[in-house]
Amino acid sequence: MPTAPLLHSPLHDEHLRHDGRLVDFAGWKMPVQYTGILEEHRAVRSGCGAFDISHMGQVFLSGENAAGWLNGILTGNIPEMGEKTSLYTFMLNENGGIIDDLIAYRLGPDSFLLVVNASMVDEDVTWLQGHLEDGVILEDRSRQFAAIAIQGPKAEDLAREMLGETGCTMPARNTLAYFTGASGTTYLCGTGYTGEPGFEMICPLQDGPQWFNKALQTGAVPCGLGARDSLRLEMGFPLNGSDLSPARSPLTAGLGFFVDLEKGPFIGKEVLLKEKQDGIREKLTGIEMTVKGPPPRPGYALFANNEAAGNLCSAGLSPSLGNGIGLAYLPVALSRIDTALEIDIRGKRFAARVAKKPFYRPPR
Amino acid sequence: MNIPENLKYTASHEWVSIKDGVATIGITDHAQEELSELVYIELPEQGRQVSKGDPVAVIESVKAASDIYAPLSGEIVEPNLELADDPSRVNKDPHGEGWMLRINITDESEVDTLLDAATYKGGIS
Repeated sequence: MPTAPLLHSPLHDEHLRHDGRLVDFAGWKMPVQYTGILEEHRAVRSGCGAFDISHMGQVFLSGENAAGWLNGILTGNIPEMGEKTSLYTFMLNENGGIIDDLIAYRLGPDSFLLVVNASMVDEDVTWLQGHLEDGVILEDRSRQFAAIAIQGPKAEDLAREMLGETGCTMPARNTLAYFTGASGTTYLCGTGYTGEPGFEMICPLQDGPQWFNKALQTGAVPCGLGARDSLRLEMGFPLNGSDLSPARSPLTAGLGFFVDLEKGPFIGKEVLLKEKQDGIREKLTGIEMTVKGPPPRPGYALFANNEAAGNLCSAGLSPSLGNGIGLAYLPVALSRIDTALEIDIRGKRFAARVAKKPFYRPPR
Repeated sequence: MNIPENLKYTASHEWVSIKDGVATIGITDHAQEELSELVYIELPEQGRQVSKGDPVAVIESVKAASDIYAPLSGEIVEPNLELADDPSRVNKDPHGEGWMLRINITDESEVDTLLDAATYKGGIS
């Protein structure tokens, strides 16, 4: 099958300059690591890291009917969102399955920004366009921005230094700020995927390298997708494609908190209401190895009382905890905290248990 | 990248050092660099008979698990048990303290199938 050439991030030259190890990811050539995943992971837990997230998609929606229309597409309560706030939410198919998990930012009364997964940009835009109504304007501006996540307990100090001349400081969690420079508007979002304080900066393409370098000069460690993955897994945050799928609902993914079943109609709602009434059969569950052993990996089989119980979705070694952690859809009866499990690794069984998420809690 | 002249190599990135019929085996500097930080190593038991090409060990980085293959047939006479506690030895000193296992060779003729440093280098650059 012929494949499209991989896209280069606006920070590509920076990755080469800092010896980033580039891999294929969702159609992009992105750094999986610079100096090493463990080192980068620890830098974010103890100091501050800078991640290139330019591959993520930015879809803008505006118009007098934008809020009401989005409310029928996404699971969160969109009209209730305050201006300059963000909401983690889902776009569902007619069966209540997850097309994508995304963050919606309310820029103004009739103006929204959706930040979506890199692998899903085309599918999301096609879905949104297919349901578009009068009074709503959709602009896919995914290729017009660089994006950098600044994450870690020292992010706020770093932001002060980095952003000084813009007059902005680090936005509070789930809020949004922006400033406009010569090349356009830069959005500062109080969001992240690591569990640490921090922010995500979405800026005009040509400003990307300058901001990335400024972050590094003020003390951030360049971090790749490897650390991004291990950091989010320690928090129990799901990854679409690994832990979420069009065949699973947010309720079975244990993310009902981000679904407002009280609000008006939205795509998938009827199925979720029925699912809630009937009760879910399986649930995305946190699993922790209780013995020293090989790192758990996606796909490894799980057993409870010697019977097949499911397979790991996201899984790996937790650099902060030093043990194996993962997520798996388990029958609800087996999803209770401390339920004893075993993980089959190359034909050997290793003890594990159902664990509370997040697996790791950053000290505050 | 360090490719010592005095060692033999395989295309699957193992190095071999032979002395008195016993082969010491590890992974090359190039391999450890590609795999990055190792977090787990599974070694074979002492006394196990292996044939050339058999998977004999598993090394795991944060991202992936990789098999190590026996470059020669024989009996495992010593796994490097120190690696279980500190897999990072392989990253720090792949040709020294990071050695992985020793095989008592049963078929000397197989030694000729191993690559010299120049050939190994040609294969990876």
